[in-house]
Amino acid sequence: MNRRQAAGICSRILVLASATIVIAILAFIICEVVGRGAGSLTWQLISTTPSYLNGTIGILPDIANTIYLLLFSLVLALPIGVISAIYLTEYAHPGKIESCIEFAIETLSGIPSIIYGLVGMLVFCQLFNFKTSLAAGACTLAIMNIPTVIRTVQESLKTVPQSYREGALALGSGKGHTIWTVVLPNAIDGIMSGCILSAGRVTSESAALLFTAGFAHSLVPLSEALSSPGASLSVALYVYAKEQGEFGVAFAIAIMLLIITFLINLAAMMIAKAKKKQI
Amino acid sequence: MPSSKTREVSISALLLAVTLVCVAAVLLITVYLMWAGLPAISEIGLGNFLLGKEWASTSSNPKFGILPFILTSVYGTFGAILIGVPIGIGAAVFLSKIAKGPVKRILTSAIDILAGIPSVIYGLIGMLTLVPGIRKLFGLPDGASLLAAIIVLAVMILPSIIKLSAVALDSVPKEYEEASLALGSTPMEAYLHVSIPAARSGIIASIVLGIGRAIGEAMAIMMVSGNVANMPSLFGSVRFLTTAIASEMSYSSGLQRQALFSIALVLFAFIMIVNALLHLILKKGKKHE
Amino acid sequence: MKQEPIIRCRKLSLWYSKTQALKDITIDFYPNSVNALIGPSGCGKSTFIKTLNRLNDLISEVRTEGEVFYRNTEIRDPGLDVTDLRKEIGMVFQKPNPFPMSIYDNIAYGPRTHGIRNRSELDDIVENALKSAALWDETSDRLRKSAMGLSGGQQQRLCIARAIAVQPQVLLMDEPTSALDPISTAKIEELLSVLKEKFTIIIVTHNMQQAMRSSDTTSFFLLGELVESGNTEQVFSHPHDKRTEDYITGRFG
Ligand SMILES: Nc1ncnc2c1ncn2[C@@H]1O[C@H](COP(=O)(O)OP(=O)(O)O)[C@@H](O)[C@H]1O
Ligand SMILES: [Mg+2]
Repeated sequence: MNRRQAAGICSRILVLASATIVIAILAFIICEVVGRGAGSLTWQLISTTPSYLNGTIGILPDIANTIYLLLFSLVLALPIGVISAIYLTEYAHPGKIESCIEFAIETLSGIPSIIYGLVGMLVFCQLFNFKTSLAAGACTLAIMNIPTVIRTVQESLKTVPQSYREGALALGSGKGHTIWTVVLPNAIDGIMSGCILSAGRVTSESAALLFTAGFAHSLVPLSEALSSPGASLSVALYVYAKEQGEFGVAFAIAIMLLIITFLINLAAMMIAKAKKKQI
Repeated sequence: MPSSKTREVSISALLLAVTLVCVAAVLLITVYLMWAGLPAISEIGLGNFLLGKEWASTSSNPKFGILPFILTSVYGTFGAILIGVPIGIGAAVFLSKIAKGPVKRILTSAIDILAGIPSVIYGLIGMLTLVPGIRKLFGLPDGASLLAAIIVLAVMILPSIIKLSAVALDSVPKEYEEASLALGSTPMEAYLHVSIPAARSGIIASIVLGIGRAIGEAMAIMMVSGNVANMPSLFGSVRFLTTAIASEMSYSSGLQRQALFSIALVLFAFIMIVNALLHLILKKGKKHE
Repeated sequence: MKQEPIIRCRKLSLWYSKTQALKDITIDFYPNSVNALIGPSGCGKSTFIKTLNRLNDLISEVRTEGEVFYRNTEIRDPGLDVTDLRKEIGMVFQKPNPFPMSIYDNIAYGPRTHGIRNRSELDDIVENALKSAALWDETSDRLRKSAMGLSGGQQQRLCIARAIAVQPQVLLMDEPTSALDPISTAKIEELLSVLKEKFTIIIVTHNMQQAMRSSDTTSFFLLGELVESGNTEQVFSHPHDKRTEDYITGRFG
């Protein structure tokens, strides 16, 4: 065997091994999480609140907090993100302000979540006096998610055929009206992907929430949620694992988070497929 | 009713105002980090702060040197890149050039799912499998170490490296590879000697993105690195820039608290440098096309 | 007795940033006529008709000079409300571009945009527009179905119906049949002679026969210039300009 053949075989093995490693990592994670968490994932765990009296742990408050955070942050990030995307793709002409905005979006998507957490604490908890609360956490998450929403909606707006816009304008429709009636309805898939990607980030985020939303495990109704502190599932996982050594509970939460990750990927895939079929 | 022209102009202005939220957020973050981070630096002294080897924020004679954190972050990121990049590029070549049909679909989904898994899960698994594994394998008193953090970071940056590199490899024109094949090279040689160099700028961008991710990661490595403010060593317990902030923030006060903001400022500076690099590479790559 | 022209164009020039696409175009269009614009591709026909409904505004670096009047309105006036103008001057595009909505909603889009909400009024408008575009018989039982399911020829007639539902005075058509099969083309040509009773039609065409068969006047464009314009019969039988003759006899283009 000559050197060239040997090199060929080696590189082939390396490439194949790399791909195998990726699959193996995922398989390992799933096995570990399910294996260690399945026993603890009981109905009692997900349907109750923690009780010091009985010495039981329940993650219902954390589930509720995650949903609250999801709702509140989307309510903020979605309109801002969609409007920004509309401005950038439909109105903006290349110029100083526009390159400033582009730069800002790039920068925002590169900033680590721990920094978002710190500044969120300074601005929302202290300056705006939200205290440590889901409101502060949601605002922080919203800012983190705006770049994602902008980019996905922009992608989608760009795929709306120019002929739709021309058709509407030629009928005497104004620009704003054209966008509202013809362009946006055809960019729904992008808006939905934006929501889904944001939902993924909200459920998986922890560093940005530690100092903004805190880690309380008390169940509050929607009406009081904004002003109460509370841990999301990811934060709760961290607290139970790192601070309290409750690994069973942590892995049970991990199972739930994994399932959410799967569902989010599935939804994203289905939207992409639907879009492809439409074209 | 105003004419449609003035209406359109005001709509545009309104949308612009909302779009400026992004710019405002960046300005706010920058200004606030400086405002919160600069006082401690000026009190401690830039040299003492950046180059000081000792961090003892709560002792009676507090020391605020963050060189251990900086070095840990640099070494940790470098190590993660060292492991993650070859595997990432290898997997990208497989995904882009070799995988077909269901294999390709499964691999793509696996990468997407890995990218979506919360960092606390990586930390949790690292904490309960990697850390004891390292302890046993190397006969250490504690496995929570820089090495454990490096491995976790390497896994966490894999998805973005693979995805971006695969996109870059996908966009290499088929003719390049065909030309190489026509000269008698094997497909694998064509990928290595033609496709990868042609996709260079995209691959480098993916690596830089990975660097950004690794420097900024906090929670996962918090759970596996032991979190002691030592100068970094592969098997020692270490603290990163990010974990230094996360571990003391909740109970800090006074100069200690201000110093944590200074650390955040340093981290931010690192990230901005990485972003600028990424921007340059992508711009240059675009010009080449 | 000579009528007033509905569109009057004097020394119109147009530049895309640095390159001049129209040079000193002077031409009149009279009500209730079909006017064909012919010329090799790239000579500025589309550019010209898009100045008439200001659709060139979509391109940022366009500059015009000269005068273009629609009745007494200067079309080039930067203060002009273009939505009003486009209500008066409708357009049909080269490629059929129905919106991805129902047939009914496509036709009702224009009237709704201009403030008509009344259900029965809209029903009437839709029916009349579809009848005028000779599409009613084929679609009356499927108005709520998506317009994307129609054939290419039907889609183009839908676009014509959509344009006339706004009740414009002028209809611009940019090679409306070039993407269609011969039968659909014939149907649309038939339509032209009916439509001109209500509208002024300006139609760009690549097809000499089409121009000859269905237009009253013909104008020949070349490299951004209007070479010759006049009565269709006269232009085709006794062109004044050598270049026109070369073009219509197929010697170039
Ligand atoms: N958006 C544009 N930007 C720059 N040049 C253009 C644009 N649209 C058309 N042109 C140029 O203007 C000339 C006339 O084009 P057009 O009006 O489309 O011709 P026609 O419709 O007669 O084929 C062509 O040379 C074309 O390249
Ligand atoms: Mg044309």
